Amino acid sequence: MDDLAFIWAGLIAFAVLAYVLFDGFDLGVGILFPWLESEEDRDQAMNSVAPVWDGNETWLVLGGGGLLAAFPVAYSIALTALYAPLTAMLLALVFRGVAFEFRWRASHKRAWDWAFAGGSTLAAFAQGIALGALVQGIAVSGRSYAGGWWDWLTPFSIVTGVALVIGYALLGSTWLIMKTRFGLQQRAYRAAWITGLGTLALIGVVSLWTPLMNPQYMARWFSWPAIVYTAPVPLLVALAAFVLLDGLRRQREAAPFLASLALFVLCFIGLGISFYPYIVPPSLTIWAAAAPDSSLAFLLVGAGILIPLILAYTAWSYWVFRGKVDPAAGYH
Amino acid sequence: MELFDALTLARLQFAFTVSFHIVFPAFTIGLASYLAVLEGLWLATGRGVYLAAFNYWKKPFALSFGMGVVSGIVMSYQFGTNWSVFSDKAGPIIGPLMGYEVLSAFFLEAGFLGVMLFGMQRVGKGLHFFATLMVAAGTLLSAFWILSANSWMQTPRGHTINSAGQFAPADWWAVIFNPSFPYRLVHMVLAAYLTTAFVVGAVGAYHLLRDRSNEGARVMFSMAMWMAALVAPVQIFAGDQHGLNTLEHQPAKIAAMEGHFETRRGQPLILFGWPDMASETTRYAIEIPKLGSLILKHDWDAEVKGLKAWPREDRPNAPIVFWAFRIMVGIGVLMMLTGLWSLWQRFRGRLYDNDWLLRLAVLLGPSGFAAVLAGWITTEVGRQPYTVYGLLRTAQSVSPIDAQAVGASLIAFIVVYFAVFGAGILYILRLMAHAPRLDEPDIEKDMPLRAAGVTPGPALELAQGQRRSGSGGG
Repeated sequence: MDDLAFIWAGLIAFAVLAYVLFDGFDLGVGILFPWLESEEDRDQAMNSVAPVWDGNETWLVLGGGGLLAAFPVAYSIALTALYAPLTAMLLALVFRGVAFEFRWRASHKRAWDWAFAGGSTLAAFAQGIALGALVQGIAVSGRSYAGGWWDWLTPFSIVTGVALVIGYALLGSTWLIMKTRFGLQQRAYRAAWITGLGTLALIGVVSLWTPLMNPQYMARWFSWPAIVYTAPVPLLVALAAFVLLDGLRRQREAAPFLASLALFVLCFIGLGISFYPYIVPPSLTIWAAAAPDSSLAFLLVGAGILIPLILAYTAWSYWVFRGKVDPAAGYH
Repeated sequence: MELFDALTLARLQFAFTVSFHIVFPAFTIGLASYLAVLEGLWLATGRGVYLAAFNYWKKPFALSFGMGVVSGIVMSYQFGTNWSVFSDKAGPIIGPLMGYEVLSAFFLEAGFLGVMLFGMQRVGKGLHFFATLMVAAGTLLSAFWILSANSWMQTPRGHTINSAGQFAPADWWAVIFNPSFPYRLVHMVLAAYLTTAFVVGAVGAYHLLRDRSNEGARVMFSMAMWMAALVAPVQIFAGDQHGLNTLEHQPAKIAAMEGHFETRRGQPLILFGWPDMASETTRYAIEIPKLGSLILKHDWDAEVKGLKAWPREDRPNAPIVFWAFRIMVGIGVLMMLTGLWSLWQRFRGRLYDNDWLLRLAVLLGPSGFAAVLAGWITTEVGRQPYTVYGLLRTAQSVSPIDAQAVGASLIAFIVVYFAVFGAGILYILRLMAHAPRLDEPDIEKDMPLRAAGVTPGPALELAQGQRRSGSGGG
């Protein structure tokens, strides 16, 4: 029955990945907002994500709620350790979320533009910092967090914070390439070059820094025979990077976005390789953190029925909004 | 205990965020059912005024629903940031219950909300009504799970303690249907219905005061006053039953609600006073002899425990519980009297013509929210000093965090919530300031898209056909 914990770890990893991929590009559009000069461009950019952002964000609730139900001790340790960045993230998401609604009716449109851009950037930065702090490892004693209130703030976590902001901006700019035309699309191509090169450089920095920081990660990646399984990941990253840059050079429309998504998936797999079998590195494993089987089994029934339905609905929604954004359309 | 230690600040923060949050679900639970009734009446009678009222109320519903979701996201993280020990120990029980709440809310939003809000022109009337019923059922389902989780914290059952010191579910049926759950569920759902009825009634009355002939306002006011007349007495009865259940399982809470310190036979009913925790007496008490025992035990001379029966450290804060309870009961009685007065006016054929009744209804518009908050303060403060009643103390549930961290985030929450939800509430009030019209426009023209739910695509496709700008594959 140990496998219930493994299934739940997989489900939560899936929810987090879904969140990063989906909300990543719509946060990215927000991050790019200050560089979109005309109001029409900003309207269009916002319209391209307006119908899907709320569904995207709900994966965050599923991930958080699932973590509480399936790995309560991991939830309680991680959320306490990441208190400040997560609180900042939640408040930033609130601000950014209502900006979608208020921007269209408020007389202070510029103010809500800034709320949208600032909220998106802060949320991304806070998520990156939280990720970096988790990779560094969280001090645990017994069943609770044993570190200090500023432990999450280190040079490494600041780099991962910046990396996630730039990475989301890459997702956002390649999304805009796919969804817009003419001036805005050309602007998005330029943004994608800058953020693409920045993302690749930062993936390199973080990938080298991570194993140097922790011998456990080093052994996982570079010891024989593990390297046979881990080597494909950097090779595939190189391939995705080529597709991205080549797609930008040839002004392809969908390839850069798909390649950027692939980069995120590969980085996520890389993280999974480093973390496994820990849910809160460096000491709390999936099995040690798992709730009793009676809890895991009970919720799995509902999740097994409803998550496929939710995915189907999400796919349908993206299908409805396929194609380019209509510059003439309002929020609708 | 210091005035602003981490524990107090964490409690304040939870109280603040959850109080802001509960306002929206309390309104949407009632409004979802009201919308279903309006659409049902429209389908049954064919009277356009019901459809107009339906279109009128689904706009505030959409906004309120959206704000409920946003403020709910924060709640799902509050447990971990501020109450990590509670999350660890009670997570195996509370987590799956809240997980079902999230999944059912998510499913409802994804599936039916969009069709209800945007699909009127596209799907058949029967299917649309079905979607409306599903939205109403979904809000009740959400209430079911979240109230089950809360009730388990009040009257925990069906668990064992495992080797890690966690509450492990042994019997889910006993966990979910714990002793206080049925009472709390009925009491809260009726409270949501009354809250909504008084908002609807206030809007109707406000517009009737300007124009007696407004048919939409007349329908709203009339329906709201029927609810007040019929449901308020039922609610008072349900509340009484809930109180008896509390007496059985949480007698210390009842002692605080009643302001009783001494255990004695023939307890008085203290109407007003100031329970003084330090001197262990209720000062300035205005009381009716023996009536307390009669109400609580249905016997003039039955023994009812006072707070002194528990050690000081096991007592809830009596003045807060005592007064929050009186505010709730006072509003409930006022609601019932309003309902009875409206019945009298209706009987005389002057329901829409009595300015004082209309003014009173406007005044009572927000009263349901005040009663809901007061009721929750009664039951939650009354549960203290425990998070899981009798088993896990609040002081032992809190995260190992610094007061500065909790204080700083509390200030940030207060600033952001007032700015953001203040703007949202203002917008709802502006919607309600529009007089109801018989040709009330459908939602399409003036509502933001996100109101269609988390995945509005399918609903929009139904509502708008292929008018969207699809220029081929994406």
